[in-house]
Amino acid sequence: MIDYFKYAVAEDGICTLTIDQPNSATNVMNQAFLDGFRAALDRALADDRVKGIILTSAKSSFVAGADLKAMEATLYGNPDAKTLYEQCWAFSSLLRRMETGGKPVVAALNGPALGGGFEIALACHHRIAADVRGMVVGLPEVGVGLLPGAGGTQRYLRMIGVAKALPLLLQGSQLKPDKALELGLLNEVVPADQLLPAARKWLLGSPDPVKPWDKKGFQVPGGGNPMLPNLAQLFMGTAANLQANTYHNLPAPLAIASCLYEGMQLPIDKALQVECKYFVKLNLDPVAGNMVRTIFINKSEADKLVRRPAGIDRKVHQRIGVLGAGLMGAGVAYVAAQNGIDVVLIDRDQASADKGKAYSESRLRKDMARGRITADKVEAILARIHPTADYAALGDVSLVVEAVFEDRGVKAEVFAKAEAVVPVDAVLASNTSALPITGLAETTGRPANVVGLHFFSPVERMPLVEVIRGRQTGDTALAHALDFVAQLKKTPILVNDSRGFFTSRFIGAFINEGVTMVKEGINPALIENAARMTGYPVGALTISDEIGLDLAYKGAQQQAQDLGADNRPGASVEVIATMVATHGRHGRKNGKGFYEYAADGGKRLWPGLDDLWPRRPASEQPDVREVQHRMLYAQLADAARCIADGVLTDPADGDIGGCFGVGFPIYLGGPFAAMDTIGIGAVVAECDRLAARYDAGRFAIPALLREMAAEGKTFYGRNRVVPPARRTEPVA
Amino acid sequence: MTEAYLYDHVRTPRGKGKPDGALHEITPVQLASQVLQAIRDRNGLDTRLVEDVILGCVVPVGEQGANIARIAALNADFAQTVPGVQINRYCGSGLEAVNFAAAKVRGGLADLVIGGGVESMSRIPMGADGGAWAMDPQVANKTYFVMQGISADLLATKHGLTREDCDAYAVESQRRAARAWAEGRFAKSVVPVRDIIGLPVLERDETVRGDTTMETLAGLKPAFAEMGAKAGFDSIALQRYPQLERIEHMHHAGNSSGIVDGASAVLVGSGAIGEQLGLAPRARIRAAVTIGSEPTIMLDGPAAATRLALRKAGMAVGDIDLFELNEAFSSVVLAFMAELAVPHERINVNGGAIAMGHPLGATGGMIIGTLLDEMERRNLATGLVSLCEAAGMASATIIERV
Repeated sequence: MIDYFKYAVAEDGICTLTIDQPNSATNVMNQAFLDGFRAALDRALADDRVKGIILTSAKSSFVAGADLKAMEATLYGNPDAKTLYEQCWAFSSLLRRMETGGKPVVAALNGPALGGGFEIALACHHRIAADVRGMVVGLPEVGVGLLPGAGGTQRYLRMIGVAKALPLLLQGSQLKPDKALELGLLNEVVPADQLLPAARKWLLGSPDPVKPWDKKGFQVPGGGNPMLPNLAQLFMGTAANLQANTYHNLPAPLAIASCLYEGMQLPIDKALQVECKYFVKLNLDPVAGNMVRTIFINKSEADKLVRRPAGIDRKVHQRIGVLGAGLMGAGVAYVAAQNGIDVVLIDRDQASADKGKAYSESRLRKDMARGRITADKVEAILARIHPTADYAALGDVSLVVEAVFEDRGVKAEVFAKAEAVVPVDAVLASNTSALPITGLAETTGRPANVVGLHFFSPVERMPLVEVIRGRQTGDTALAHALDFVAQLKKTPILVNDSRGFFTSRFIGAFINEGVTMVKEGINPALIENAARMTGYPVGALTISDEIGLDLAYKGAQQQAQDLGADNRPGASVEVIATMVATHGRHGRKNGKGFYEYAADGGKRLWPGLDDLWPRRPASEQPDVREVQHRMLYAQLADAARCIADGVLTDPADGDIGGCFGVGFPIYLGGPFAAMDTIGIGAVVAECDRLAARYDAGRFAIPALLREMAAEGKTFYGRNRVVPPARRTEPVA
Repeated sequence: MTEAYLYDHVRTPRGKGKPDGALHEITPVQLASQVLQAIRDRNGLDTRLVEDVILGCVVPVGEQGANIARIAALNADFAQTVPGVQINRYCGSGLEAVNFAAAKVRGGLADLVIGGGVESMSRIPMGADGGAWAMDPQVANKTYFVMQGISADLLATKHGLTREDCDAYAVESQRRAARAWAEGRFAKSVVPVRDIIGLPVLERDETVRGDTTMETLAGLKPAFAEMGAKAGFDSIALQRYPQLERIEHMHHAGNSSGIVDGASAVLVGSGAIGEQLGLAPRARIRAAVTIGSEPTIMLDGPAAATRLALRKAGMAVGDIDLFELNEAFSSVVLAFMAELAVPHERINVNGGAIAMGHPLGATGGMIIGTLLDEMERRNLATGLVSLCEAAGMASATIIERV
């Protein structure tokens, strides 16, 4: 057995257990970890020399937490409840044995302790954290659709009471040491070099190895009866808020609330079992596996630039250019400067360029006022942004991003000006959200250097960048563009060039379906509620108003012009045209869209919709499920076409792009994860039904999906399909 | 089949359910005992003949807990042979107690039973009994629990009611209740509540405000708007009713039932026991039903209960001369009137809980009596009484004068 736990007993009877997973930068809680832990603990408890135990780590972090890859595997492994329970209980009961073993154990947290790592610490009798940079503790499991299944919910509850425990667990809060100390989740915070001495000192001071909840008369802080008026209020409000916010789609927050509600009424040992069972319940639900895969596994790989062409040296961008200092350009400049990159921010005149820099300034001043950043840092960041109208300043940049008006001519013009100045190997990136990159590249003399970098608004908050490879984009430019995204600490997905790339056309399928239903006389409130109930952050009519109906109208006109006879306008174009051209309704920006916007910020659906597209009587309105399916399956079908046509080279890009870029429901894990979970055959059947009933084009299923259904293939897992774009060499 | 007859009924006046309410000093056992004693004394009952005391009580904890019906019977000096049982059908409990009594009689299990109810809302606050429905996260989640006031506003929104509709209904309830009191229409059945030295502490319903106008109500803010938005209840309601754009909040203290203290008792028996005791039956129970309905909107059950009761009785809406529907909220009655095309002239003609209050467990036993008294006063043959109940239930009873 690999020895994870170094065992050392000193003269004074203090046993130090140092967790040190071989050949790994972190300690990950897998089976070998568990076995090693059990062996070391048994030995220490049985060792008569040992009076007390220090649990610490040889890594920069304490314990990194559970092996989430194993969690994702349950999606394909036909897990059964009994086996999962035994696995979970093996760990939880081991911690319980440590807690009740009769010898005091102190957790000496030399670095971050999150999730399972912090659960180990919570089961110790004393917790000391080293005051090191990046030190953080907490139970963030809810973020990937799970709950702390090894006593975390029960020990939080018994240490700090339900009123404090609930929000920490429901938000998955990661706590800095001072906050954890204040809450009582840590006992001491000491300088790093004092960590082991402090632990030893505590152990030598005749500590009590019996937890308060193992003593007679223990009461949960703040009360242990959920029917007490203050707690009843808390639980009623919590249950309501969870439903309001998750639309009954996320099982983990509900399970956490139940762990506290039920656990507080039980003795600790029974409560731990109930917690473990709720953990298993989440594992049996595909939501957790899908969230783990998309949020943790796939995103981590994307962050490590899994799609970066091999064999090209990493580029560290020192100085870049941003062309166009509007909202997007200013945002890109801000984020680049924050990440230590000098930015030449260009606009048509100095005043416009300055305005772009002012964006960063106002954001930073706000953060400074809130104490989130120091004045020194603010000045350093701002000093990196160089607003100018002079393209000559681009002489030594390694990359430019254009973020000018969505017009082919304007973009060609700024690229030409930049091209005249920038080094020959500089990347020419376009932030267009829809214009084909290949066409833009052809306007330059260096099409191999042109790549799409589609940022999302607001740039500083949105984690995704869609990287578009044009037909002529070279591997070097692509690699260097990805390096830039990594420098910005954003998550890239790789998409082959096509109209609307992936994210724009993908969200377009959702919006188009919602707006089309208005035309059919379906109750607009039903359309909007159905979207929210499916897990979309807002409905199709709301997002249309936010983006601007006029922009959608212009986009449709541009497309008609571009494609000429080949243009097949979306079903919703007619609605948008009527709204914009006939009724001057441009969306939120002019207070008139699908909604009417009041001065006080309130909004109501525009009653005029019923006059333009007479609403069907209540008896002829569809069931909400049907409305939900139309929007969801329009997107699933589109995603399937994207992978079949080679727009996407991997389902992970579609799942990450959908969830982190354009609001696809995260509990589904993305369109491809959703199709796997629903079943490819079922997706095909439902799309065929919808195609026959509503529209053959919008719900058209590519042959790939039918083949997958016939062959029992999935997008992920053991039987995963090889995406068509991977079957041949990528387009050169 | 043995018929079940109503022989008599009494109720306390309803006292404001607050520490300054007239009945706040009276224990719930006393409230219940006094109506039991009143119905015994005015009918000269030998209590050894009473085969059960069934009392509704919705918050049966604390001093209302542990089967207040048996304890009140003992406290009222009923024979020790008289058992008691407390039941909880939420707001319909008092009517359900009468229905259970009638069922015992019609089924031949008993000849003489007292039904009724008690609630001291000033002493035992609503919600003091806890319960899994709202608090257990799994249960609240599964049932889409919302607070009842949200349901009332949801019901109003679904029926397109306005704040003005609800306020106008409330003004009329107050006007009718005040007129009924002024004309002595309740005199036959209301028994004063006495304190421990035998002095009356309350002789009339304490919360009636006959001078209520649209203007006086206009100043009241919707009571559930904030809970709806902040706690997320509106969102839950919309998840059940996605055809609605929003929940329009319009209920407030002035167009909702009042929080009060009170008790009721109804004497139910077979024809034979009446003859034996020399009591004249006043009405017979033609049908008595309870239904379940969608729990989030919660309060729209009376129409379904009414339809079922009518079907069981072989009757139509037009066959009912007079209706009593508990005024839990304005929208409950307005939606019922709209759905069954019941004119306002035939329903709640002496006002209701918006004016006089709704002592949860007792109300059903009170308003079945109000209905019977008014049927007699107007010399009408048939009446229907109904109450909406929490968690999506409703009870309805059809009575017919004999």
